[in-house]
Amino acid sequence: MKVQKVYTRLTKITKATVSLLAEGVSYEELAIIDGRLAQVIKIVGQEVSLQVFSGTEGLSTKARVFFLGHPPRLKVSEELAGRYFNAYGEPLDGKPPVEGDYVELGGPTINPARRSQPSELIATGIAGIDLNNTLVTGQKIPFFANPDEPYNQVMATVALRAQSDKIILGGMGLSHDDYLYYKKVFQHAGAEHRIVVFLNTTEDPPVERLLIPDMCLSAAEYFAVKKHEKVLVLLTDMTLYADALAIVSSKMEQIPSKDSMPGSLYSDLARIYERAVQLPTGGSITIIAVTTLNDGDITHAIPDNTGYITEGQLFLRRDTTVGKVIVDPFRSLSRLKQIVIGKKTREDHPQVMNALVRLFADAANAKTKLENGFELTRYDRRALEFAREYSRELLAIDVNLNIEAMLNKGWELMAKYFDKSETGIRQDLIDKYWPVKSP
Amino acid sequence: MNMYESQTTGRLSAIISNLVNIELEGPARQNEICFIEHEGHRLMAEVIRITGNVAQAQVFDSTRGLKINTPVVFTGHMLEATLGPGLLSKKYDGLQNDLEKLPGLFLERGTHSSPLDEDKEYNFIPLAKEGDVVSAGDWLGEVQEGWIPHKIMVPLTFKGQFRVGFISPSAVLRINDTVAILLDQEGQEHKVTMVQRWPVKKAFLGYREKIRPDTILETGVRAIDTLNPLPEGGTGFIPGPFGCGKTVLQHAISKNANADLIVLVACGERANEVVEIFKTFPELEDTRTGRKLIERTTIVCNTSNMPVAAREASVYTGMTIAEYYRSMGLKVLLLADSTSRWAQALREMSNRLEELPGPDAFPMDLTATITAFYARAGKVILKNGRTGSVTFLGTVSPAGGNLKEPVTESTRKAARCFYALSQKRADSKRYPAIDPLDSYSKYLEYGEFREKLNDIMAPGWAELVEEARDILRQSSEAREQISILGDDSVPVDYHEIFWKGELIDFVILQQDAFDKIDANTPLARQVYMLRLVLEICRQNFPFSHFEDVSSFFKKLIHLLKQMNYSAFASETFQRYEKEVRELIDEATKGRG
Repeated sequence: MKVQKVYTRLTKITKATVSLLAEGVSYEELAIIDGRLAQVIKIVGQEVSLQVFSGTEGLSTKARVFFLGHPPRLKVSEELAGRYFNAYGEPLDGKPPVEGDYVELGGPTINPARRSQPSELIATGIAGIDLNNTLVTGQKIPFFANPDEPYNQVMATVALRAQSDKIILGGMGLSHDDYLYYKKVFQHAGAEHRIVVFLNTTEDPPVERLLIPDMCLSAAEYFAVKKHEKVLVLLTDMTLYADALAIVSSKMEQIPSKDSMPGSLYSDLARIYERAVQLPTGGSITIIAVTTLNDGDITHAIPDNTGYITEGQLFLRRDTTVGKVIVDPFRSLSRLKQIVIGKKTREDHPQVMNALVRLFADAANAKTKLENGFELTRYDRRALEFAREYSRELLAIDVNLNIEAMLNKGWELMAKYFDKSETGIRQDLIDKYWPVKSP
Repeated sequence: MNMYESQTTGRLSAIISNLVNIELEGPARQNEICFIEHEGHRLMAEVIRITGNVAQAQVFDSTRGLKINTPVVFTGHMLEATLGPGLLSKKYDGLQNDLEKLPGLFLERGTHSSPLDEDKEYNFIPLAKEGDVVSAGDWLGEVQEGWIPHKIMVPLTFKGQFRVGFISPSAVLRINDTVAILLDQEGQEHKVTMVQRWPVKKAFLGYREKIRPDTILETGVRAIDTLNPLPEGGTGFIPGPFGCGKTVLQHAISKNANADLIVLVACGERANEVVEIFKTFPELEDTRTGRKLIERTTIVCNTSNMPVAAREASVYTGMTIAEYYRSMGLKVLLLADSTSRWAQALREMSNRLEELPGPDAFPMDLTATITAFYARAGKVILKNGRTGSVTFLGTVSPAGGNLKEPVTESTRKAARCFYALSQKRADSKRYPAIDPLDSYSKYLEYGEFREKLNDIMAPGWAELVEEARDILRQSSEAREQISILGDDSVPVDYHEIFWKGELIDFVILQQDAFDKIDANTPLARQVYMLRLVLEICRQNFPFSHFEDVSSFFKKLIHLLKQMNYSAFASETFQRYEKEVRELIDEATKGRG
């Protein structure tokens, strides 16, 4: 056994990083600095710089530093199931540490040629998702939400209704109240045994958050790759993760790019989201994340880069005409829906979906006209009435239907308010599904 | 032949993310490839700056675990592509590793695989004779690669003139067998196999001259072919915010474009999108050859989670493969999604090198880099008089959907076709979301291109397209008037003009990429439909109330869309056309 060398002189301390002179250090390895965990992020000659996860408050230049000789890692085994951990993978639930094999966090990526095409539909019962923005296993998709929107509730609903083998929750700057909410919902649904939680709350140091996604995904890879399970990973909130990246990057004096974010933000986020995968053996990792927005601004670097990485995005908004929170059909998008709609679901799904959204758009135009004080046409009035019912019966997040029922509802609404030719649907589908009015 | 084996070694002196400093012991050159020997792995890196005896290199792999003083060996070569029979149907990473051959589920560090199949046998047929005088790029023989006659040429690294000393007769050979021996001016022998190597960052020339593109490249997308055509050897780009259908559009083009072969570069994009191509292309049929699409496709993929430096390499690797096939007299289409990710890779490195940043922290030479890359596309006349072309279509992912950002602006200077995807069109599900008025094809200004377009499409075609464009313009003006003044405060004519534009929009511009028939519109059908729609637009309808206008045009659009969904000139197609004509007759008789 090599004797662990201890260093006792820091040459530089910033709010998030420290530097010292050391030898034989390997890139990205961990170190303990006066009991605080840190990771090597730069080596120039003998000068080694580290990010200190819990922050550097009160750290002395004479702090004791020793290197651990390995990058961040997690012990994985079946024992992870049903457990709560902090950002370092240490138990928060008072139970003993998990036994198992170590895996390095942020290890190699999956060869794209070994992936399968995602093809298994995730039914959530929410028509705003299943009908308009169908989700598929192996997909990665965020909620783009303002802080006041009920994204945690919708995410918990989706997680419980999706038939997954494991649910892994990564909380980054999650408020303690929301954490307790998730805990209660999962307990209530009897899902506790298939939950794994890695938690960094608003009370914990921000740089620690950088470890959360990799912890979650290493655990997810264990269950998906080794156990062929369907794993759902919930990451909330990725905006706070990106903020932590920006903190470290600025302390390392890197030139910021758009919105003071590091130039590598796209790659940093992609590294996480791209771990979503459908494996040929049936295992899968699906990522549903939350990216909170600043006043709905999706052009900010964080949602913008996220949008280019993820396979769509879901928007919630309050529809004041019916007084309910709906999944916005205009701005929401699931890129992978094309793989399943009309194939795994009924053949009329794509056309019904598009027709309903188009008619809903006509109603939005009519509403603008109304607000500008113009007279409405007969068509406009019908569209507006349709929109109210469509919003209440299908888009609202409290809907719970199977997809066939959603499609039937869609036809029913179209027949109630519109003429066949106004729907723009292919004739053979109209012939087959247009409801016959009962006398 | 300008290559040399380097003796240079070095040791790591700094590690900052995927940038390393190397203390040199010996000479090194800019862009030279070196290998970091880390615990039995050989990690590939490229020199991007040299200061004194320190080389800075970008590592094409994870740098985790590297230590100061780790040994580095230099190769004397720049990053090279391996070119020869067997490139088609392959799935490569940015460094041309054959992804199928890499072992295991994960891409383990430092693993490499050879790009071609050494053991595969080909029927070699000589094209040159002993005694012929040849130079770089001249064809010596050919082998059949799928349905493409793959020319074996004098490697482009051969400088000057050579005499063919030996040429293999028709025979079954492997790619590394000698197919010819060439004698240089001094009588020295040079062996030629089916394989040559070429540094990817240099243009693969081997042609006599580059000419102005003059022939349309059919993509099957009406909003492109009809409104803003892209020629063989042309360049174009598609900028658009996320969710506007850039990737769907590129995939549709890759499926239907009338090119001999397609090189698809997935540069820093989603792995699942590449997987979709992996899974569907071996099944989809190429309508022109009856073979599977994958047989005419090479995929270079460096998805967003793969090493950033290799992302930059991937576009160059793709371009070099495309240029190689061009010098066989083929029509090649190169698609890159997305060039913004490539630019971001440049930004990340520039940032680590602590270079003075340009706009949005991109490197100052961004425009020059992008322009030089686009300039490698083009239509050429080979030394034997045949023509070949590389058409390049790249997507751009502008930050925040704002087209006034450095990558879009730089690309605008380089590419001659511009297909603007509009958020507004995407939001109202008008796909493809190509804005008909903001987009342009500079090639329409070329006299020779217009002339040929009239020959290929129809006499007076350019004027028809101009007419359609005018209607769209008037329609959008009418829409503004209507929304400012209100439906009943404008003359009924305004509604008619507005709806004529909508007719063109719904029937010509919008196209269902997921419908079997509508997904691909051959040129003859595009001509037919545009003529029909314009014929309708030229009519004056005696409407007396604006609500009659919209209900008439909605019915008309519905019928014409059914035509788009029906097989061309089929019975159903004709039946809908008849209904269209009846509807028009009824309306022009003036019932309102």
